[in-house]
Amino acid sequence: MPARQPIKDHIRESRLFNERAAWAAIISLVLLGCIAARMVYLQVINYQHFTTLSDGNRISLVPVEPTRGLVYDRNGVLLAHNIPSFSLEIIPEKVGNLDQTIARLREIITISDEDVQRFYRQRRHKRSFVSIPLRFNLNDEEMARFAVERHHFPGVETEARALRHYPLGKLAVHAVGYVGRISEEELRHLDENYAATDFIGKTGIERSYENVLHGKVGYKQVETNALGRSLRELSRIPPTPGENVHLTLDVDLQRVAEETLGDRRGAVVAIDPRNGDVLALASMPGYDPNLFVAGIDQSTYNSLQNSPDNPLFNRALRGQYPPGSTIKPFVGLAGLENDRIRINSTSYCPGWFSLEGDSHRYRDWKHQGHGTMNLEDAIAQSCDVYFYELALTLGIDRIHDYLHLFGFGDLTGIDLHEERAGLLPSREWKRARHKQPWYLGETVITGIGQGYMLATPIQLAHAVATLASRGKVYQPHLAQSVDLPGDSTLQDVAPPIPRAITMHDPQNWEDVAEAMRKVVHGQGGTANAAGRGALVQFAGKTGTAQVFGIRQDQRYVEKDISERLRDHALFIAFAPVEDPQIAIAIIVENGGSGSGTAAPVARRLIDHYLAKTGS
Amino acid sequence: MRWADRRGSRVFVRGMHLDIPLLIGLALLAIVGMVTLYSASGQNMDVMIQQGLRILLAFTVMFVLAQIPPHHVEYWAPWAYAGGVVLLLAVALFGEVGKGAQRWLDLGFVRFQPSEIMKIAVPVMVAWYLSERALPPSKTQLLIALLIIAVPAVLIARQPDLGTAILIGGAGIFVLLLAGLHWKYFFMAAAAAAACAPLLWYAMHDYQRQRVMSFLDPESNPLGSGYHIIQAKIAIGSGGIYGKGWMNGTQSQLEFLPERSTDFIFAVFSEEFGLIGLIVLLSLCAFIVIRGLYIATQAHDTFTRLVAGSLVLTFFVYTFVNIGMVSGMMPVVGLPLPLISYGGTAMVTVMAGFGIVMSIHTHRKLLPS
Repeated sequence: MPARQPIKDHIRESRLFNERAAWAAIISLVLLGCIAARMVYLQVINYQHFTTLSDGNRISLVPVEPTRGLVYDRNGVLLAHNIPSFSLEIIPEKVGNLDQTIARLREIITISDEDVQRFYRQRRHKRSFVSIPLRFNLNDEEMARFAVERHHFPGVETEARALRHYPLGKLAVHAVGYVGRISEEELRHLDENYAATDFIGKTGIERSYENVLHGKVGYKQVETNALGRSLRELSRIPPTPGENVHLTLDVDLQRVAEETLGDRRGAVVAIDPRNGDVLALASMPGYDPNLFVAGIDQSTYNSLQNSPDNPLFNRALRGQYPPGSTIKPFVGLAGLENDRIRINSTSYCPGWFSLEGDSHRYRDWKHQGHGTMNLEDAIAQSCDVYFYELALTLGIDRIHDYLHLFGFGDLTGIDLHEERAGLLPSREWKRARHKQPWYLGETVITGIGQGYMLATPIQLAHAVATLASRGKVYQPHLAQSVDLPGDSTLQDVAPPIPRAITMHDPQNWEDVAEAMRKVVHGQGGTANAAGRGALVQFAGKTGTAQVFGIRQDQRYVEKDISERLRDHALFIAFAPVEDPQIAIAIIVENGGSGSGTAAPVARRLIDHYLAKTGS
Repeated sequence: MRWADRRGSRVFVRGMHLDIPLLIGLALLAIVGMVTLYSASGQNMDVMIQQGLRILLAFTVMFVLAQIPPHHVEYWAPWAYAGGVVLLLAVALFGEVGKGAQRWLDLGFVRFQPSEIMKIAVPVMVAWYLSERALPPSKTQLLIALLIIAVPAVLIARQPDLGTAILIGGAGIFVLLLAGLHWKYFFMAAAAAAACAPLLWYAMHDYQRQRVMSFLDPESNPLGSGYHIIQAKIAIGSGGIYGKGWMNGTQSQLEFLPERSTDFIFAVFSEEFGLIGLIVLLSLCAFIVIRGLYIATQAHDTFTRLVAGSLVLTFFVYTFVNIGMVSGMMPVVGLPLPLISYGGTAMVTVMAGFGIVMSIHTHRKLLPS
């Protein structure tokens, strides 16, 4: 040891150590005090802030789907409701090997490739620990088979969900429409009210009254853990169920309409001319809307989409046909109103008509000609030449303006979204559309509803209802009222406020109505056969629309060609003549003549409806 | 008779070489730990049994070390230190990688972290070195003491295990300060450290920088590195004055809080027992530290004084750093809360330290002073 090493002084060292130990104790206590101060800062001063954050962590708001409103016909027959349906669902987080589990499930339950694809698609959008449906609508046998094997499938459950169901199937499908899964496109336009909803109205009433039927989303507060699994419900704001919608539709009449059309392609629209209630709206063929609810599989959808009969096409609202001779009563009214003719003004029909200085002959459907005709006969026997002349006398401007009053060329405003406007030609339209002047010959054929003019069945029904009510224009509508479940008060959706078409001489209405009665009940009336033995006399007008060629989207199939090239048969009618309660427009595609195929349908509908209402 | 009984029991306790106040304080802390762990682990009985066995082991180690007279410790100090350095070198060369750091040494029958030994060996070695010489230490002695501290600290920091390195460095420096090192050296060193901080930044691993960044601004990465701190602060803050109640902490029970059984168990405790529980816990720690320092002042020679003082302060550093990091007062360094966090090694080391402290207290020659 070096000599310079100082001698240890034990007492001094002890004192020095005690001093330092005291310092250590003091510093330790000060540091513990710092911790305490920090805790006061966190737990007392910022208590509210951290409590809010803590609750935000654990409490999440889960939306609850409202029950969709029901749809009834005018007599309380259920058209759309919700039924419990069992679906096979998986919580992916609880399943070890998802692909393998699905593969094993497929051994006991039919699961299509599309089901699997949809499952994985949905999985990308869902939060964790949410059960995702793999298969909808399990039947009893499948439920039983899964119940036996269930213990092999942790994380796989059968869940009861309310699924839209249309108890009448195909019936009135083009009026009621259907719901389907919300698409990604639709999702972009929906607000938080749809947070819990999987389905949305795609067509028909389901679509147009979506905001009424849907209801208001509810919420439940659930406690969730860090993985997002909900553990218990803390509180709940119940959803407000959607309102029920009562339609003006009469299911019995609808059934008669659809059965009478049978397997023909066509459309029937029946309207109550006293208020615009749509009593029947049929487009044939139809399809089963229940197929779309659970998600239609691709092959069924393709077969519907590619069918030459085009069952998905709503002919009643979207089918645009040349109205043919059904336009004649309206052109006749235009003539009377514009003082171009009187009801007994006569004209000679030689079977053809030609313009001055033009050799082209506009033929009458009756080659030998009708002879001398007044307006009443011309309507009853559907003389073309009379209306060629009348059209020429009126000119296209007056025809356009007058037919426009009856709603041709415009949407009727029916409470369905699919409607098309048809086409009411005018000089302005032709200049804009074809960059050509209007030719006189086009006026001539417009007089018999040919040429450019197109009308939808709903437009024709609307126009004939206006005629039947002697000029009261009611907007056609399918929904009558809405109510809340458990609340007996009905609230009218659209109170009928008519717009009126005024005649200089109200007798003109009666004259045309009488002429239309003679179509059905008069000597030589074109629908004479259909009127024989009718319960109540009714007024009508036949029409035939030429099919000019093969539509571009139709394939050329030889065995179909003859049938598909036949004329479309049209018929408009109202009954009873004096006090009309029903107005009808019918189109039978490739039905041949209006008198042969369309008028008998009207006859059956009118008989059925008036027998039922007791007139 | 009563008097004789009390004397008898005192003699018995002295024969056991235990310090009853310190033992009670540590036992209470262990009970608080078990109660908190029961909630934090989600009532996992396997965890409880394992932790119970570790506590048993830790108290046994304490008891065994309390029986060894301090002069044996003094004799073995240089050997233990040298052995520890050799083991640390072995870890650096052959050690196993666990959780991204090379800390473990596998001896075939047991895996352990040699750095744990150094938590005791370093302060004992420094005390051994300084107590041979007159105090306060001279500059030369200071330099040698610093070297004794730096060699294992650097080896451990390179593993990397910054928490343990800081702890060991702290334990060594406590010995120097308790030995009467002039405060001016301490402040000079602190100033030098502050000046070197930017250099330190470049020496750090990425994850260490992340921790510092998360500490300075946890909101910058709330779902990544800041998540632990944010969730722990929410747990503590939402506990309020009275706490949410045992096993009712939503942050912990619903698994928002990570590492809730181990390093972050303090957040569970604060959430469920609130400020009141915290004051009880801090009082317990304060009592243990004060009792330990008192024992140190009662020691009969410089070596035992320094050893007892520095081991007690090591326990304090554990507690302070853990609570400080969980409550967001300092960066996350990964030190457990002794006797409360789930996990054995740190607890065994701390209890071994208290065993030595008790031995120092109970092996005094009972001479009237």
